[in-house]
Amino acid sequence: MLATLNGRAVEAHAGESILDLARREGLDIPTLCHLKGLSPSGACRMCVVELDGRPGLVTACSQQVQEGMAIHTHSPRAVEARKTIVELLLANHPDDCLYCVRSGDCRLQELAQTHGVRRRRWPAGMRHHRLDVSSPAIGRNPDKCILCGACVRVCEERMGVGAIDFTGRGSSTVVAPAFLGDLNLSTCVGCGQCIAVCPTGALREQSHLDRVVAALEDPEQVVVVQHAPAVSVSLAEEFGLPAGTDLNPQLVAALRRLGFHYVFDTAFAADLTVREEAAELVQRITHGGPLPLFTSCSPAWVRWLEQERPELLPHLSTCKSPQQMMGAVVKSAFARMKGLDPARIFSVSIMPCTAKKAEAARPEHAREGLADVDAVLTVRELARLLRQRGIRLTELKPDHADLPLGMRSTAGKLFGASGGVTEAALRTAHFLITGEDPPPMRVEVLHGTEGLRFATVQAGILQLRVAVASGLLQARKLVDEIQQGLHPHLHMVEVMSCPGGCVAGGGQPLSRDGDDAERRRAVRHAALLRVDDEGMLRRPHRNWAVGELYRDELGEPLSQRAHELLHVHRERPREVEA
Amino acid sequence: MVQACDMDLVDALLARHGACGRQDLIPLLQEIQEAEGFLSRAALRRVAAHLHLPESKVYGVATFYNQFRFQPRGRCAIAVCRGTACHVKGSAAVLAALQRELRIQAGATTRDGLFSLDVVSCIGACGLAPVIAVGDDYHAGVSPTQVPGIVASYRAKLQALGEGVLEPSTSVEEVLA
Amino acid sequence: MTRAAQEVGRMLVQEVLAGKGAGLELKEWGRRQRREDVDHPLILVGAGTCGISAGADRVLASLRQLCPERGVALVEVGCIGLCSEEPLVDVQVPGLCRLGFRQVRQSHVEALLELAATGRWSSGLPQVLGQFAQEGLRPWPDQPFIHDHAFFAPQCRRVLANCGLVDPDSLEEAVARGAWSAFARLVKQGHPERVVDEVEASGLRGRGGGGFPTGRKWRLARLQPGPRIFICNADEGDPGAFMDRAVIEGDPHRVLEGLAIGALAIEAEEAWIYIRAEYPLAIRRLERAIAQARECGLLGNKILGTRHRLDLHIKKGAGAFVCGEETALIHSIEGKRGMPRPRPPYPVEQGLFGRPTVINNVETLANLPGLFQLGAKAWREQGQGESRGTKVFALSGHVRRTGLVEVAMGVPLRRIVEEIGGGVPGGRSFKAAQIGGPSGGCVPGHLLDVGVDYESLRGVGAMMGSGGLVVMDDSTCMVDVARYFMDFIQRESCGKCIPCREGTRQLKAILDGISRGRRREEGHGALERFQGVMGLERLSRVIQDASLCGLGQSAPSPVLSVLRHFREEVDAHVYQRRCTARVCPDLLLFRIEEELCSGCTACVKACPSGAIVGSRKAPHHIIAEACTGCGSCLSRCPKGAIQVD
Repeated sequence: MLATLNGRAVEAHAGESILDLARREGLDIPTLCHLKGLSPSGACRMCVVELDGRPGLVTACSQQVQEGMAIHTHSPRAVEARKTIVELLLANHPDDCLYCVRSGDCRLQELAQTHGVRRRRWPAGMRHHRLDVSSPAIGRNPDKCILCGACVRVCEERMGVGAIDFTGRGSSTVVAPAFLGDLNLSTCVGCGQCIAVCPTGALREQSHLDRVVAALEDPEQVVVVQHAPAVSVSLAEEFGLPAGTDLNPQLVAALRRLGFHYVFDTAFAADLTVREEAAELVQRITHGGPLPLFTSCSPAWVRWLEQERPELLPHLSTCKSPQQMMGAVVKSAFARMKGLDPARIFSVSIMPCTAKKAEAARPEHAREGLADVDAVLTVRELARLLRQRGIRLTELKPDHADLPLGMRSTAGKLFGASGGVTEAALRTAHFLITGEDPPPMRVEVLHGTEGLRFATVQAGILQLRVAVASGLLQARKLVDEIQQGLHPHLHMVEVMSCPGGCVAGGGQPLSRDGDDAERRRAVRHAALLRVDDEGMLRRPHRNWAVGELYRDELGEPLSQRAHELLHVHRERPREVEA
Repeated sequence: MVQACDMDLVDALLARHGACGRQDLIPLLQEIQEAEGFLSRAALRRVAAHLHLPESKVYGVATFYNQFRFQPRGRCAIAVCRGTACHVKGSAAVLAALQRELRIQAGATTRDGLFSLDVVSCIGACGLAPVIAVGDDYHAGVSPTQVPGIVASYRAKLQALGEGVLEPSTSVEEVLA
Repeated sequence: MTRAAQEVGRMLVQEVLAGKGAGLELKEWGRRQRREDVDHPLILVGAGTCGISAGADRVLASLRQLCPERGVALVEVGCIGLCSEEPLVDVQVPGLCRLGFRQVRQSHVEALLELAATGRWSSGLPQVLGQFAQEGLRPWPDQPFIHDHAFFAPQCRRVLANCGLVDPDSLEEAVARGAWSAFARLVKQGHPERVVDEVEASGLRGRGGGGFPTGRKWRLARLQPGPRIFICNADEGDPGAFMDRAVIEGDPHRVLEGLAIGALAIEAEEAWIYIRAEYPLAIRRLERAIAQARECGLLGNKILGTRHRLDLHIKKGAGAFVCGEETALIHSIEGKRGMPRPRPPYPVEQGLFGRPTVINNVETLANLPGLFQLGAKAWREQGQGESRGTKVFALSGHVRRTGLVEVAMGVPLRRIVEEIGGGVPGGRSFKAAQIGGPSGGCVPGHLLDVGVDYESLRGVGAMMGSGGLVVMDDSTCMVDVARYFMDFIQRESCGKCIPCREGTRQLKAILDGISRGRRREEGHGALERFQGVMGLERLSRVIQDASLCGLGQSAPSPVLSVLRHFREEVDAHVYQRRCTARVCPDLLLFRIEEELCSGCTACVKACPSGAIVGSRKAPHHIIAEACTGCGSCLSRCPKGAIQVD
């Protein structure tokens, strides 16, 4: 199909939007509400373009290219409309860019800059709203909200949660949970996908930076840090390096420069989780426990299940997540090993996730009044800290994590992407059942991009049937099907709340738009697979450090001590009544 | 005056409807409001559960439409017509006078529960503008200076009635006379 | 009516629709249904919502009590359209023409009953409006005819033909006047595509605002695979428009027949009527009419014995102006927030529940029965240019006669305002006619000869809209009118797209600034006021260009039309800080003429803000800083001492 784009003849695909065509042709049209993969909402009007023969402007995101269409993406009319829209938004937006967490990374700021907005043009001032800091994971500042609706659509259409929606109408519209209430009283699971699509600073993670800095400054405290598998493959993006660069050794070195006394790898705890969870699975299969077993690594998924399907909680693995297992081990076995008072240990984790902040704050993740994990930093917060401390990541000498809790298999590293937990668990379960390692080291189907994936693995005489749900929307679908009895013989279900898993978590570096987010997810995932391909230690059960932990502290998987430290026994959460 | 929503009534209403889908949301809200006079949080929660919808969606829909209110109506509901014809004949000043007199904004109910004040888009009596409806009585050609008198007369009536229900009384003849 | 009588009625209706109307028995029946032949006296009360709010309910209550004992039958009819003369009550004595009275009060009831029962005139009767000329009936001597009345004479009543004449709760009366006959013929012929051809040939365009050709819309829908859905949009949200309500209340079968014809044309088997919940009477009458039509086999399965079927649902809108927009209306029926979505896909491609959907407004549908009775060629004789047929307007504001007016499109606006409406009362002069509601604009006096058709109105910066027509005299401030519409729009905007949500808020703020007095202006107020005015046009243009839906795109029209036609008045506000119409309270300076003031203190008592001081029997003074300009004192002063500058 032929069309002209700013006077140049171009070939368009059938059904292609003007926006896609322009971007394919190397021409950017600004957007605020566009989300790749979701139907166009047409709310922000930033992408308006002029078409010959059309009286008004049309939105490039929703208008498909038609034969012979003459498109003017940056005609004076279109540019003036965009500039006016930015001015209108700024008139109802705080002028506190310098104090804003998103300064320098804000779409609105960028558009104001590129369109040369230099003064407040319109007289009606700001509408003020209440700040919502109730959630342990996510902070909302509705004053900065431009009502693009990206968060509403992601929460409903991509996550299937629907914790927030537009309320009210006209110029008093505001995005909020039901009854204009607080996020922590809503059905929000804390996944942070809303933050990932928010073009401004209206949504952010609850920051733990101050408490981490305070702990680092405190000579009385021993500050221990762990970093999640998906962190080392995304941190590079915050420093202008290509997405998908694995900076694991530099990350370790940087954390030491920041003053952390011990640097551990959450993938160690992932290996530990695999041992416990695989044992739990085998026990349920052989002793007739509730099947399929649901993984419990993704805290937003755990909260979702508690809220939406409490009757299925017996299916959920009792294992803590790797973050919490690491925290528990640090303040028990590790403290004993080093002769430290657990009360003096300040345990920090670097996570690609906002829900981990809420997970660390849950009461069952503390023993004797001491939280397993004291502070959780997202990748974005870590990057802020590194920049503040002037640490040049790329120029650091590579370093290794501390032993023994820095030792990991590359299977543990795979926890960072959807399918990885299952992959790792299968390697160990196969070994547990047959006494041998499985023949092909990678079950490729587990690493696909479809939302729901199924695999069957032969382990001796047993056929292990597993399912992987990538994203809560898919999880809901799968759970519904399971409840309808459509998957009677399934043994294990892995759920990652965020589509794609932790590589696309709500605490990861922000992408400019949906196209970029998908590309980044894919390269981060590929980087994790590469780490596994090149790894020497690929089987969780061969991690000798984990073996030593069992020998010295835990005994064997599912032992009483293991249960004390590494498992939780959930009760149905109390219903919140207003 | 706190007025609770009768949840048994809401439950009965939902049970009568049986299984429904999203397109039944607005009719359900309309029926509940018709029965209860307003939409309480508890009622909205029940509707959300009944339709398997997130509460945020139900609240979002309810707050979108003018018809729904989240406070009980006063025993005497006052509606000010804000149609174009009424506006050019001075309804804005009448509304301002009512807000001053009742000390509430449009959409609210007085603390004693006697009066609620609403703005309606058009009562349909454009020939008699500006028009206000007090309970079931229409007052035509109202000026701001008449407002205190009108409010006082209804307040006296309501207080004399005690718990009773207000009956329509003023005839248009009286008002026009 | 007894069950047996109902059965007979239904049978007769079916025979008429079967084309046997020429038989003697049916002819007699028709005459009775049209009340050309009555054997007992009748009183007919205009009981539309407008009549009821004007006091018809109290008249009705008395009549209900008294009619049976006087042997007079009581019929409730819809609104004939002359709102300013309501309540309207007609009396029909056997053999004589029906005679209409205006401004009827409870005190007139006795005299009316006496007239009906005995034919005697008494002094207690209300004023006569006129008599309805009817075939075979003797006229009252010396009484004017309705069709000569200045309000009705220039009109061309097609959609409103039966309003106020028929009992809206009677299918028989409607059928006797021709209702459902066109549909019966079309459904039996069974060529839906020819129905579309005929409508295209007529040039009928949507009466809801945009003026999209109805036939073309249907044709586009027919290109899509079924099942298709038909929606009647009765969510009349314009302030100052009540045509749809009056048509449904007065003649519901006309709307239903139009809807049935439309559904037949696109072969839809499911139809919805989306109607404002604030129209309870209209909903009741529609429900009754639907039940009657169903009983007679005009709706439901196997309509009139053919394979065609139609399920009809009523959906009550919960009050949102934006739901007049097609995609918003669809979302609302689906149980969502009524926020429009980008088009394409158009509703004719993907509408309600994702199915091809045609949405037509009440008046458009009410045109169809007449169109098929007359035939496209005769129907399109009325009208001008690309605007064929008639248009109903809701005439209100500063005009002697207000109400519903139906004229051939293209007639000069002046004829509606001056002849039909009788001009501006009270010795004041005409200033503007606001036409098209929040999407339309104000037409000034020197353009009053513009024809009321889609193109001409657009040419003067107004819009046909749904047909609200508000006349404004020189006591109206045009800046205030623009503010009023911006206030309406910024509250009624769905809040989705930025130009409409934020832009209309800013337009309102700019206009607020213009009419804000110096005493309430802060430091940079003057500067902001000038900047704002300079930005009005630019901002309006961007809102028009970039808004998501038609309502947003037309939202700045009231402002633009005021800027275009009443620039001096805007400038007077901005530069001289004067409101020439003395409306904007902040720009008014109230003072007391000492010579005239008797010190009676009436003004002190009337002032709500305590701005008047002075002791009894001595001249009073107004403290300018405290005065809000509400004007309460003005009407209270017995000496006329209060001056406004």
